Amino acid sequence: MVQLNLPKNSRIVGGKSWPKPAGAKTTTEFKVYRWNPEDGQNPRVDTFYVDREDCGPMVLDGLIYIKSKIDSTLTFRRSCREGICGSCAMNIDGTNTLACTKGMDDCASGGTVKIYPLPHMPVVKDLVPDLTQFYAQHASVEPWLKTDTRAPGDEWKQSRDDREKLDGLYECILCACCSTSCPSYWWNGDRYLGPAALLQAYRWLIDSRDEATGERLDDLEDPFKLYRCHTIMNCAKACPKGLNPAKAIAEIKGMMVARQF
Amino acid sequence: MASSKAGSNRPLSPHLQIYRPMLSMMMSIVHRITGAALYVGSILLVIWLVAAASGPSAFETIQSIYGSILGQLVLFCYTWALIHHGLGGVRHLIWDTGRGFDHQSRERLIKGGLIGSIALTVLIWVVVYATHGATG
Repeated sequence: MVQLNLPKNSRIVGGKSWPKPAGAKTTTEFKVYRWNPEDGQNPRVDTFYVDREDCGPMVLDGLIYIKSKIDSTLTFRRSCREGICGSCAMNIDGTNTLACTKGMDDCASGGTVKIYPLPHMPVVKDLVPDLTQFYAQHASVEPWLKTDTRAPGDEWKQSRDDREKLDGLYECILCACCSTSCPSYWWNGDRYLGPAALLQAYRWLIDSRDEATGERLDDLEDPFKLYRCHTIMNCAKACPKGLNPAKAIAEIKGMMVARQF
Repeated sequence: MASSKAGSNRPLSPHLQIYRPMLSMMMSIVHRITGAALYVGSILLVIWLVAAASGPSAFETIQSIYGSILGQLVLFCYTWALIHHGLGGVRHLIWDTGRGFDHQSRERLIKGGLIGSIALTVLIWVVVYATHGATG
């Protein structure tokens, strides 16, 4: 359902401003969404100052600086720090991206780095959203090779051309940047699968080795699962890997039509 | 994704409030709004046709309302809504064929739709004024 404003318990109240680190010559201001499940308060936005001479260039470096030097209770997910694990996906400077591949200096809002959790998700703590449903939706497209033919002795073979069809799809790291940037997913995330799960669905639909294409399309032939995509394009703009979920979804819609003939 | 089973007191992270408004997203919202506005525009058209069918005096009344400054302003907006929504429809048709999804084509289609709708609306009104005058 479309609900434009936030529920009462989710409205942001004034936050704390932490002092600038002593002796810092160059600082960058960070405004970070905070919510603590244990204090019974509404979410707030805290202000921190990161000493640029004591910190790496990426937004994730800034968050790690804050956690180790200013407020150790700041909570966020991170792992690989090189854009391959997808853990540090968050809303930075108004768009969803990975904190580890986004430079602090690339944040346009007047030098201030504004950070929120991925949009329209239940918050576990601070910048950590609950991705349970997102993962369940991915699982629902059965993202594995399905075959009826007896397995060959060595391996399932594929031509170079067929393998190339998976480029631009297999690189998805399931960071959820695209799905949580999508207004259709915000309003109908309980029934619309969202760009990430649909891109994954397409990845198996066009895999030459997969033999469950019809079955997969039957599952997606639904007013909500697939057709809530209105080509708003936020997904394609948000993807930190430069993939194009909007195009993948259009290809699925095309397959739905093509199989009628 | 409004709720999850564990921890129902969990807040919902901000969305529209904090997402940067981008032209593509705005054009999608405007496509919806113009679509809704076209219902109203269609009613105006039906009223005009019914008035024409009802006889000269009814038609005269409607003509004077539609011909007033406010009436013309509404009709101008209706023209724009119609063209903007129409061009949006064409853009979506192109996208439905799987074309125009790369960054450059996408932005071109979106900007073209916006500029085209304004230009065509102004053009139509200039032509109407030039051929029929302000009372047309």
